[in-house]
Amino acid sequence: MPDSRSWLARPFTERSTQIFLAVLTLSVLAITLLHVLLPEGHPLHVSTFTVTLLGKYLCYALLAVAVDLVWGYLGILSLGHGAFFALGGYAMGMYLMREIGDRGVYGNPELPDFMVFLNWQELPWFWQGFDMPAFAFLMVLLAPGLLALVFGFLAFRSRVTGVYLSIITQALTFALMLAFFRNEMGFGGNNGLTDFKDILGFDLRTDAVRIALFIASGVALGLGYLLCRGIVGSKLGRLSIACRDAEARTRFLGYRVERVQLFIFVVSAMLAGVAGALYVPQVGIINPGEFSPLFSIEVVVWVALGGRATLYGAVLGALIVNYAKTVFTGIMPDAWLFALGGLFVLVTVLLPKGIAGLFAQRGWGRRSQSSAAKTESASGSRPIEEATA
Amino acid sequence: MSLLKEMATRDRVFDFLTPRTSPVDVTHGPILYLEDVSVSFDGFKAINDLNLTIDDGELRCIIGPNGAGKTTMMDIITGKTRPDSGSVWFGSRHDLLRMSEPEIATLGIGRKFQKPTVFEALSVFENLELAMATDKRIFPTLAARMSGETRARIEEVLETIHLKEWHAREAGILSHGQKQWLEIGMLLMQKPRLLLVDEPVAGMTEQEMERTAELLTSLAGRQSVVVVEHDMGFVRSIARKVTVLHQGAVLAEGSMDAVSSDPKVVEVYLGESDG
Amino acid sequence: MPSETDDAFVRSPWMAFLMSISVATMYRGCWQWMLLVCLLSFPLFAAAQSESATGQSARLSDGAAQSLLTRLAEARNPAKPAVIDEIAMSGDARARGWLEAFSASKLARLKDAERFLIIDNNRGREWAVSDALSGESAGKVSRRDLKTLRSNNSLRGHIDGVLSMIDLSSPDAEVRLAAARGLRGSVDEAMAERLPSLIEQEGDDAIRATLKEALAIQQLEANGDPAALDTLSGSLNAAAIAAINGAAVSDDPQLAQAAKVALAGIEQKLQLNSGLETLYFGLSLGSVLVLAAIGLAITFGVMGVINMAHGELIMLGAYTTWGMQQLLPGQPGLALLLSIPAGFLVAAAVGVIIERSVIQHLKGRPLETLLATFGISLILQQLVRTTISPLNRIVVTPEWMSGSLMINEALSLTLNRLYIIGFALFVFAGLMLIMRRTRLGLEVRAVTQNRAMARSMGIKATRVDIMTFALGSGVAGLAGVALSQITNVGPNLGQNYIIDSFMVVVFGGVGNLWGTLVAGMSLGLLNQFLEPWAGAVLAKIVVLVFIILFIQKRPRGLFPQKGRAAEG
Repeated sequence: MPDSRSWLARPFTERSTQIFLAVLTLSVLAITLLHVLLPEGHPLHVSTFTVTLLGKYLCYALLAVAVDLVWGYLGILSLGHGAFFALGGYAMGMYLMREIGDRGVYGNPELPDFMVFLNWQELPWFWQGFDMPAFAFLMVLLAPGLLALVFGFLAFRSRVTGVYLSIITQALTFALMLAFFRNEMGFGGNNGLTDFKDILGFDLRTDAVRIALFIASGVALGLGYLLCRGIVGSKLGRLSIACRDAEARTRFLGYRVERVQLFIFVVSAMLAGVAGALYVPQVGIINPGEFSPLFSIEVVVWVALGGRATLYGAVLGALIVNYAKTVFTGIMPDAWLFALGGLFVLVTVLLPKGIAGLFAQRGWGRRSQSSAAKTESASGSRPIEEATA
Repeated sequence: MSLLKEMATRDRVFDFLTPRTSPVDVTHGPILYLEDVSVSFDGFKAINDLNLTIDDGELRCIIGPNGAGKTTMMDIITGKTRPDSGSVWFGSRHDLLRMSEPEIATLGIGRKFQKPTVFEALSVFENLELAMATDKRIFPTLAARMSGETRARIEEVLETIHLKEWHAREAGILSHGQKQWLEIGMLLMQKPRLLLVDEPVAGMTEQEMERTAELLTSLAGRQSVVVVEHDMGFVRSIARKVTVLHQGAVLAEGSMDAVSSDPKVVEVYLGESDG
Repeated sequence: MPSETDDAFVRSPWMAFLMSISVATMYRGCWQWMLLVCLLSFPLFAAAQSESATGQSARLSDGAAQSLLTRLAEARNPAKPAVIDEIAMSGDARARGWLEAFSASKLARLKDAERFLIIDNNRGREWAVSDALSGESAGKVSRRDLKTLRSNNSLRGHIDGVLSMIDLSSPDAEVRLAAARGLRGSVDEAMAERLPSLIEQEGDDAIRATLKEALAIQQLEANGDPAALDTLSGSLNAAAIAAINGAAVSDDPQLAQAAKVALAGIEQKLQLNSGLETLYFGLSLGSVLVLAAIGLAITFGVMGVINMAHGELIMLGAYTTWGMQQLLPGQPGLALLLSIPAGFLVAAAVGVIIERSVIQHLKGRPLETLLATFGISLILQQLVRTTISPLNRIVVTPEWMSGSLMINEALSLTLNRLYIIGFALFVFAGLMLIMRRTRLGLEVRAVTQNRAMARSMGIKATRVDIMTFALGSGVAGLAGVALSQITNVGPNLGQNYIIDSFMVVVFGGVGNLWGTLVAGMSLGLLNQFLEPWAGAVLAKIVVLVFIILFIQKRPRGLFPQKGRAAEG
């Protein structure tokens, strides 16, 4: 129900958001404390490896929230959000490469190793400025944001929606993957960017930095979640649901549907970029594989499993699937793709509302139940003809 | 008639609650003006040299057999379909063919679809909130807060469309007739100068129909209303002037009695019923 | 490649095509496409049947042969050419084998014995050999016991020339033509003297022209003969061009000038040919795209089902070919032909399973269908990885499909791609026929346009769904069979084509088979014409970006479905 609070203050009054933030804060705190206070070898000690792994999950969760924002609330199934994630990651990776300075294998203070290897004489123009962290962090937002802006502007203006949009977002990330594989692009080609040393002057390999990155990921997820809740709880959020369910009606009410779509798409792309930027220093590498269509579509299944148009469902889905992936690929790597493939089929056929839908059935918040129910009919049932019109 | 027109003009000038009502210039007569409009789909002429004029404050009913081009005409007026030729003017200042759907809507043309279209996942209240005439750009919408005034306006409309006790329910669970009402309510929230209403009473009970007729006639005068309807009883109950469309062009125009005794119209309808 | 095969290729698709038309109009119901698929194999059968036979005559007695070879082994190098000539002139069918073995240093004599052996395999310590006279295998012999007859470059050159001369008197025109082609650039003075008489005797125009060219090359190089330059001026042969290049820098200014003019003409011709070659590559890539996309055009375009597992159905078709070749070892051609119906059936069956188990539950929810079928694609890929192998499988190209069709010296068309172009067009024509002329096609179109109405008229919509999906999937299988001939057959095969396929369908306009054909061909051409400028990867990126932009401009593709219904 609309109320008179400002859109950013509103989420704090929502029960579901309060619970989410509390759980997130407590988990991050608990893991940090278990890592720092308990000695190694203690059964409850959380190793650095696990902390980093969890940090990675949190980045994925933020990416899932970004996808849920456009898919759940706007009805746009992006199969190319991995591209925004990777662009954010590359922006961060470029900064980390410049941080290496002359400690690379070739000892060139200016050029990253791979450029020296390719016999490049000077830094390409698009690498300028990445030695300044502030600029690099700005690019983490701007690079994916700009791509989303241009792509979205073209697509939404000509009213490309539905499966068509999904297919061309997939083509977009595929084209980017091919491009980044090329050495000539100046992003390290096949190998990508790696061998990072420092971030903001701190050694990336130290425990303290790992913990800090983990906490930063938790904070980013919390803030991203708040931002998205703020948007979806505002009148703009209701407008985006309106665009999702009855585009023509919305237009005849005097709203510029394509601008709503563009705004939310760009916000979502930027969130994905932030997730990518936090992901890269934790895993220590960024390569064109992150652009692969498979990854982007995998993100969608996280959201589908968790439950669309709930935001917390996206987080849940990302954590569950990635934990399962870690376990599966550890004990029986062959079975993982079977499991993932099966998940795609089972979730779409048997669990269209996701896990959040199960909660809702037990009366866990009337509001989310009904909106999840509608999501199914809304973003799925649009016939092809309408989607293209 | 001229008095009516003046009242409408005054209403526009002095109504401070709707500052965004567009400066539609109706001093030269009609509010909507279609001239020689034609459109064809794949060789089929849906609209064929259509000429139509709606006066300011008028209530006009448009009837015609299936495929006569009624819905296509509405599509053209609201900017959804671009005609192959002809011109469409709103007042004497606005060329509708050069405007997008949202621009046309903002200018003051509201439309109710043939199939009632409401935002099913949103509550009745929220449906009306979205429809309200206000700054519809992105950031104002994001930062919009519910003011007492807005709430009062929404409640007023809820009263009018008899959905007050339903205001917190999702629009998806409403009956067909209630959705029709909600959509009309959304039109009212828009404060349009011209309402295009496509089959407003389909799926309504006799009583609901009566209320709708009442509502539409009460709107006329302040706003211009164009009603497309199949239900002849309903048309007869509200119509002052009726236009008959046939094969994308105007077949006859006049009072209900005059039109229904027109041999051309009789032939079309009888022919239709035969086929 | 024997010419009969080419004729068979040109003729039989038409035969099969005409037959398929009559069959399609004769029968009704669901069996039509099965029959069509079986008919697809006819041209290939016909091609496989034709093989050329060559025969030889005359045979030396073993004693005479032994003495000739002994002389070859014992003569001093300067005397050897005469012995070589003598062997060549003997007319013995084995002479060629001896001379070739000698030339490759594979003719050997057993130490302390007279026996001559031909080395078949010289790996390791024990070499596999066969008897030079009887041609029978002589088991393995330690390399220390063998004394190889040494040849040298000048002897090798002489043998090449002599062998060409042997072939030039062969009764088989193909052999003579090949010999004449081989002669260009390797004619020596002795041969040049004998060539004019051979030219006179030769009855075949093409061979005569080639021989004249060979002679002219020698004369231009040796004597700077301006008449020879005239003969060569339109030639695209590398040796001829080299000779003209040589003449262009000669001391004779008149000759040099004439040679430069000739070179300019040749350059133009070469450019034209390379343009034609790009066109051919473009069409062939286009055909691959059409094949990969056309099944999708049916399931996506006609039924509105987004089948992300389409690529894996292609993969299954390719694996069917591989499996068939495993079942029929040594008969790759037959296996390939049988894979055409088999690949169709396998893919169609899997398609039906997918449709029944998943897609029918997601009717009217395209985005969910997309996700679910993507899951299926992952499962199928992994299934192949676990049950067969994660590595690429080798599919053999049958003999009648390898090699190339030589249009002229600078332009030859690889046969496998030519077959694929033909196959793609054939599949397309077959599908058009099914959609336009059969009951199934009619029902499909009816269900597409108005499901409820079609049902009320007694059409079993569910059955039509299954049939359509089976048809689209089966065609994906056919694409797989074709792709197995030109690309690696591995679990990722399908993945590599799925995005391209969707691009083709979307670019062409959904629901329009002609659109798919035009889109596939034009994207193939665009890609190939961009490649020399931009490189393969960049060309692909450019094409993708082009399509993305194109869709913004015309969201419904090249050939949109028109009408009020499409307005939505």
